[in-house]
Amino acid sequence: MSEVTTLEKPDLKIDQDEGNFSYPEDYAFDAGTGLTEKTIDYICDVKEDPDWVREFRKKALRIFREKPLPTHWASKDLENIHFDDFRYYLSKGAKPKRTWDEVPDDVKRTFERLGIPEKERAFLAGVEAQFDSEAAYSNIKKAVAEQGVIFVGSREGLKEHPEIFRKWFGKVIPTADNKFSALNSAVFSGGSFIYVPKGVKVKHPLQAYFRINAENFGQFERTLIIVDEGAELTYMEGCTAPKFDSVTLHSAVVELVAMKGAKLQYITVQNWSPNVFNLVTKRGLAHEESEIKWIDCNIGSRLTMKYPGVILKGRKARGEVLSIALANNGQHQDTGAKMIHAADETTSNIISKSISIGSGRATYRGLVHIPRHLKGCKNNTECDALLINTESRTDTYPAIVTRGEGNSVQHEASVSKVSAEQIFYMQQRGLSEGQAMSLSVNGFVNELVRQFPMEYSVELKRLIDLEMEGSVG
Amino acid sequence: MKNSLEIKGLKASINGTEILHGLNLTIPKGEVHAIMGKNGSGKSTLAKVMAGHPDYEVTGGDVLLDGKTILGLDPDVRAREGLFLAFQYPSEIPGVTIANFMRAALNARRPEGQEVDAVEYYNELYKKMDLLKIDRSFTSRAVNDGFSGGEKKKNEILQMAMLEPKYAVLDETDSGLDIDALKIVSHGVNSLRGPKMGILVITHYQRLLDYIVPDVVHVMVDGRIVKSGSKELALEMEKKGYDWVENLATA
Ligand SMILES: Nc1ncnc2c1ncn2[C@@H]1O[C@H](COP(=O)(O)OP(=O)(O)O)[C@@H](O)[C@H]1O
Ligand SMILES: [Mg+2]
Repeated sequence: MSEVTTLEKPDLKIDQDEGNFSYPEDYAFDAGTGLTEKTIDYICDVKEDPDWVREFRKKALRIFREKPLPTHWASKDLENIHFDDFRYYLSKGAKPKRTWDEVPDDVKRTFERLGIPEKERAFLAGVEAQFDSEAAYSNIKKAVAEQGVIFVGSREGLKEHPEIFRKWFGKVIPTADNKFSALNSAVFSGGSFIYVPKGVKVKHPLQAYFRINAENFGQFERTLIIVDEGAELTYMEGCTAPKFDSVTLHSAVVELVAMKGAKLQYITVQNWSPNVFNLVTKRGLAHEESEIKWIDCNIGSRLTMKYPGVILKGRKARGEVLSIALANNGQHQDTGAKMIHAADETTSNIISKSISIGSGRATYRGLVHIPRHLKGCKNNTECDALLINTESRTDTYPAIVTRGEGNSVQHEASVSKVSAEQIFYMQQRGLSEGQAMSLSVNGFVNELVRQFPMEYSVELKRLIDLEMEGSVG
Repeated sequence: MKNSLEIKGLKASINGTEILHGLNLTIPKGEVHAIMGKNGSGKSTLAKVMAGHPDYEVTGGDVLLDGKTILGLDPDVRAREGLFLAFQYPSEIPGVTIANFMRAALNARRPEGQEVDAVEYYNELYKKMDLLKIDRSFTSRAVNDGFSGGEKKKNEILQMAMLEPKYAVLDETDSGLDIDALKIVSHGVNSLRGPKMGILVITHYQRLLDYIVPDVVHVMVDGRIVKSGSKELALEMEKKGYDWVENLATA
């Protein structure tokens, strides 16, 4: 495979190929290609799923088969997904690891290649990294565990903590929500399960790194996070993917629950290779006076469809989506946010920044729902698009459904361009074309990125730089 | 020639229309030259062609920086070779602060891993800002975004001061400036004058040349230099008007 050669390339100083490699495939378990009841049984057997999970999966498979591809929020490109060509389960066959020493060498190399600094590697004690289907490394930082926080893979979560897991699993995002949530519900493996007990404020963000590592292998992580009353958590999900010649499907489901007065922040940075279909369903359920914030940055992939949402169920609940999408040549970022107001005095804020380069295409889709009987609800939506060169296109579909008086909705949208004149001006000061574009893009997202945690904004800037360098001939 | 910026028989067109029809000009290091010319005579075209603007096609002649041709080099390479252009209409770069922009421009001139030291950088920047009587708060404003005409021109000269080019072309830096700003900007340019820099001042009015006194004045008509002389030529021009040189051009 060509990506192995890339790994061997001596001049690794250019980070451009980052994520552009893969390791030998020596999977102990492999469900083969295609998706039938047999595949489900195979997955259940290997994972030693409880019976209720087996039933849950099979029901989901039926729903997946019956459900058409989305026709409302959709892209033609979805028709190019051939579901029978994918592998739906693949595992190192290892149980989630507990200590650094037990982590396979190639996983360690993955971290190295991702450029995780030394001090952060020490911090890996608090990091859960997913290597293909199963968490190959999972170690809860002592302090976190001592606070009673559960931070495990979803498989361990459903087995060891069924009383919490079952209560919320599939409740925020029902299996039948859409075709891809049904698919995930049928074949999910990996992902995180986190429970933060009442009043516990987790100081350091918990993190997980994801990678795709085998040809034609789709990933179906399932993450469930519950933050109990008055508790606080920041979770960071990161992923870079190696480059493959054929299409790769990624379809995750992430469910968040914030109990009364809880605060939960979920951060994603993703840098998919340009052949990945990334069809993700993410939603949070916010109880009274709680706050759920999604920070979602999408770089790369062939098609990303992702609209993180918050159901504002309790009075004075707050929901927020801050997102950045970068669509380079040949890519389509179809992203947005959903805010479902279901109680009085709930507030939501959506800030979306999209960048389209060359033939890249960024679409914003928003849904803000405030029913008539509610009082004192507020929404603010801002969508800004940046176009770099004339081929780029951007579309904004901000559906704001608000009924009734005493609710306020504010909406702003802007489209700006990086002109050839601006690029020339910056080049005249000595910046290369790539640097000039990178600077413009960073300038465009700056104000928003300032609200992100420090280490995260640095990472994002680095990814934007790499992407811009790669986009000029 | 080493130590000069030479323009030899330069012909350039835009959208198939030839604007420069074989232009000759040599600016030795250490000298200040001025080009005067009516609107539309091709002054900005000359500046942009030298800087490598992609809209223009060079159809003949050469531009040599210290004896080496720069035609065919990307605009950023020319800039790093030491050519600076103060734009007649500087672009706005939203979201990018002057401080970050200048730092990126300086770092682009250095090898990787040897970025400018933050403390030294700000010392230098503040020094140059004081020279141009620019308020400190300026550094955190986005480049040219919402700037007045005068602020934009000051910002161009601030960048010139920071980047210390070998050759600087100032395209109508005086336009849009009131008399006080004109004096400050001229003072800034004059303090940068010296044996290490060659400067080409492009202007429409003689007024600027009272403050930035040139060593040589050239008159441009329809894409050519038609007359060159000492600084007195500018005054003569002012008195006799452009018709006088235009007659020279056709004579
Ligand atoms: N895009 C263009 N297409 C055709 N002609 C142009 C274009 N831009 C400028 N010109 C012409 O080039 C000539 C020189 O313009 P310019 O260099 O801006 O003059 P100056 O700076 O001396 O006022 C003018 O006649 C102008 O109309
Ligand atoms: Mg001009």
